[in-house]
Amino acid sequence: MTPATPGQAFIALARRDLRLAARRWGEAGNPLVFFVIVITLFPLALGAEHTLLQRFAPGVLWVAALLAMLLAQESVFRADFEDGSLEQLALSPQPLWILVLAKVASHWLLTGIPLVLLSPLAAYALYLPGDAIPTLMLALGLGTLLLSLLGAIGAALTVGLHRGGVLLAILILPLAVPTLLLGTRATDMAATGLDPQGPIYWLCALLALAASLAPFAAAAALRIHLE
Amino acid sequence: MSEAVGLEAWELELWRGDRRLFKQLSLAVRPGKLLHVRGPNGIGKTSLLRVLCGATPVDTGRVLWNGVPIEAQRLEYHANLAYLGHRDGLKQDLTAVENLRFARAVSQGSDPTGLTPFSERLDETLTELELKHAANLPVRVLSAGQRRRVAIARCLLSDASLWILDEPFSNLDTAGRRWGDQCLARHLDRQGMVIITSHHAVDVPRHATDVLDL
Repeated sequence: MTPATPGQAFIALARRDLRLAARRWGEAGNPLVFFVIVITLFPLALGAEHTLLQRFAPGVLWVAALLAMLLAQESVFRADFEDGSLEQLALSPQPLWILVLAKVASHWLLTGIPLVLLSPLAAYALYLPGDAIPTLMLALGLGTLLLSLLGAIGAALTVGLHRGGVLLAILILPLAVPTLLLGTRATDMAATGLDPQGPIYWLCALLALAASLAPFAAAAALRIHLE
Repeated sequence: MSEAVGLEAWELELWRGDRRLFKQLSLAVRPGKLLHVRGPNGIGKTSLLRVLCGATPVDTGRVLWNGVPIEAQRLEYHANLAYLGHRDGLKQDLTAVENLRFARAVSQGSDPTGLTPFSERLDETLTELELKHAANLPVRVLSAGQRRRVAIARCLLSDASLWILDEPFSNLDTAGRRWGDQCLARHLDRQGMVIITSHHAVDVPRHATDVLDL
């Protein structure tokens, strides 16, 4: 008998989550719809004034992306916790953190990546200069992955609560603020023709930090809930 | 400690709030043996099983697998453990086959050579379960008893030697329960170990069953 390697377990779980999302694509699409709604509301509320929207564009894009990520975050472990799958995973011969990482990866693929792909359109709606779009997409890619990792800690801490959504937001927002600041700054710098390397490197550094700590923190929180 | 093979628990004590569920509880399960944990509702049967799984830490006492504390070898222990709790642990939107394949993929690597391939075993088990016709329906549309059968099949298809089953036969009809007992007997024939809670008598002829009354 050979136990599955952590890598095999990672792929199996990520594939399962993607397949589940494909069966319930309406649910998986919620954050995207939210993102689009927020982005379209701003020009309506502020008026279609070119310079005003352009100035606010990086901030609006990032706040909308942050909230959209947060919206989907709550359910990352919830369904598995409620139907007993999480218990089975915790009792499988795999380190729990690798399974957490697989859930983070599939969450990011399902919400982060679509946001990144949608962002040029949103940027266009807010008159963000075209030169800033590659930077926006790169920063959003890094930022959403970072948010997925941080959110996993919050989701794991609140998994046993029935209405954990608000608590999750309160727990995660302070951790998410640096991502928001750096992401906005990078986009802003690119929009005004400056070199956005600095904030991008910072995002990478934070990502490395979160990737090496968050899975362990989330796994520990889940074990406590499963006692 | 005598023979070290199997599961042993020494002087377990567990508190829930200000209530003590059990104290000075020792037990041992050896290959080919079944332990039937009995007791009224709320006495702590599930808590005991969760302690034995390593899901809940005990306040005092220890649980040994092959003579080594389970915390010291969690992955090794869980590779030999199949647990079935109150909840089936199945994804409602996946089919029975997908659920079983996933459970297998997370715990076991590629099939060892020389044994029946997994897909064949899966096929046989589904036939035995009388679930062949429903194998490709989402678990959501199955009846509670059918879902329970799929959950039991997960234990059958794992290569675990220790099964810890919490009311495995709830929702099963008489035929299902008979089938369940046969599964247990076969597992014991293979020198497997079973710890089970059940409000019904467990009928495994030719095998010694120990009873623990909480």
